[in-house]
Amino acid sequence: MKPLLAPLAALVLLLLPLLANSYLLSIAIAVLYLAYLGQAWNVMMGFAGQLSLGHALYVGLGAYLAGGLFFHHGLGPWLGVWIAIAAALVVSVALGLLAFRFGISGVYFALLTIATAEFTRVGFDHLDWTGGPGGMFLKVENREHVDLLNLRGPPSLYYYTALTLCVGAAVLSRRLLRSRAGYYWQAIREDEPAAQSLGINTMRWKLLAIAISAALTAVGGVFHAFYFNSLFPEQIFSAGHSLEILLAPVVGGIGTLAGPLVGALVLTLLGEGSTELLSQLGWEAPGLKQVLYGLLLLATVWHLPRGIWPTLRSRLRPGEG
Amino acid sequence: MPAPDFVLNVVLSGILTGMVYGLMALGLSVIFGVMRVVNFAHGELTTLAMYATAVACEAFHADPFVTLVPVTLGFFGLGYLLQRLVINRFISRPEHTQLLLLVAIAIVLANVLLLVFGPDARSVQTDYQLDSIELGPLLVDSTRVYAAGTALVATLLLFAFFRGTMMGTAIRACADNQRGARVIGLHIEHLFAVTFGLGTACVAVAGSMLVLLFEVTPASGPAYTLLGFVIVVVGGLGSMTGALLGGVLIGVSESVAGMLVTPSAKSMISFALLILVLTFRPSGLLGARR
Repeated sequence: MKPLLAPLAALVLLLLPLLANSYLLSIAIAVLYLAYLGQAWNVMMGFAGQLSLGHALYVGLGAYLAGGLFFHHGLGPWLGVWIAIAAALVVSVALGLLAFRFGISGVYFALLTIATAEFTRVGFDHLDWTGGPGGMFLKVENREHVDLLNLRGPPSLYYYTALTLCVGAAVLSRRLLRSRAGYYWQAIREDEPAAQSLGINTMRWKLLAIAISAALTAVGGVFHAFYFNSLFPEQIFSAGHSLEILLAPVVGGIGTLAGPLVGALVLTLLGEGSTELLSQLGWEAPGLKQVLYGLLLLATVWHLPRGIWPTLRSRLRPGEG
Repeated sequence: MPAPDFVLNVVLSGILTGMVYGLMALGLSVIFGVMRVVNFAHGELTTLAMYATAVACEAFHADPFVTLVPVTLGFFGLGYLLQRLVINRFISRPEHTQLLLLVAIAIVLANVLLLVFGPDARSVQTDYQLDSIELGPLLVDSTRVYAAGTALVATLLLFAFFRGTMMGTAIRACADNQRGARVIGLHIEHLFAVTFGLGTACVAVAGSMLVLLFEVTPASGPAYTLLGFVIVVVGGLGSMTGALLGGVLIGVSESVAGMLVTPSAKSMISFALLILVLTFRPSGLLGARR
């Protein structure tokens, strides 16, 4: 039974757009997108132990650069994504250099990440190129045929894009975790002075972690721009958005490969389930989803500080991790 | 260049608002200084206090300077229980777990407000809100003067408590040396809870005043959290006088920035200041060098 499980799951994931209606498909895309961003955040916090509370910065940069180039110059996302990555690399490495050079860590580093995101949010509100607080809207002309070059098309196109991103990020994370960098990161995460005393150039490896995490997050931002088609600095750079990004990996299990996906699944099912239930009863309760997210986070840090996945795994296979 | 009178007016109004900001940040600073807990829900608690004041004023047709007393007492109780029942369990946990706990509390608070009051802005109307006081060439809003005065009184009371009472001294002992305090028989869990209660009481007084000066929405929380952090980091995290001076400094820089650039971009100055101070003087402008 067990060896069949993985191929079966893969088959279901591949054929989902044929099986599911558009509502279910949109939920699947939400789960995959959340899991992808969580995986990206995890590289920095889960692997290297650097807490970022401002990852919305890189989503916003990626979304606005690729979206803006498409909006103003008709440049497709395949070129835009490289510019988004380049911008995220520059910003994250500059931030990292500034912070790590002066030995800023822990809470102070977290504050620095929020402050940078907020600074950028207010800045983007005042740029003409971004449309300011009024927002930027990408044209949606076709929802029927697949235009891969411009990432325009039916929901299934976005589903497969999100799936590819998600699988790609998981594979990359797995390879990173088992590489030299991965072991150095874990050493830094557990005890930075000890790692340093063993001759690890902690500055360099921390910079690598923040750079990879930021670049991956910016790619997620490009997806955000072309999937949602509307961008507001107020939303995309907000502190609330940064927190939403870290919910999935924290709830699922910080530093684990499956954690972000498990967390994204649990969060989305909880959020969508409750919203759907209430709307069946004829209620509309904006904010309820987030209250439940907050309570879930509270319950997780209280009872399962390692997250859902590590606890689940040790129940399923006693004796392992 | 604007007229000197106008500049002086802007600076004065910044100082007055800054004193209220300073009190709000003082709560954050006290909580960090004693427990080493970074209260990430500080802005959400401020927002809650602003809502509590708005609701109480509307329900009882009272003045914010009257509802101040019950709101502050209620907030002291809320803070006490929060620390006693929840945060005390996390004191010895890793830093990021503590932070995530308070993030969770912040998310719940902000969205419960959204659920109960909806997304629209609230404010408090008083019949003296358009009055102003003339001081030679200067013209200041009387509301702002009263708010700053109240904040100053609350700040002085808190200073007096920490310097002049046995309990205040005991709390400072806990901050200096937790193990030593436990050895001489201090009830740390209780003292920590009192400290958090005092922190939220600062928030309550500041929130009652802020709702007179600004509108509040359920989404106002993160901005106040960050404002609090900017102030205490600039003044030195954990330093009480630093928080007050930081508040005034940020108040003035915000109002001057609002005058020179556009008012909506004024918070950029604060964030830039936070980034610069964090990078170059992490112990604050007034704090000792690390």
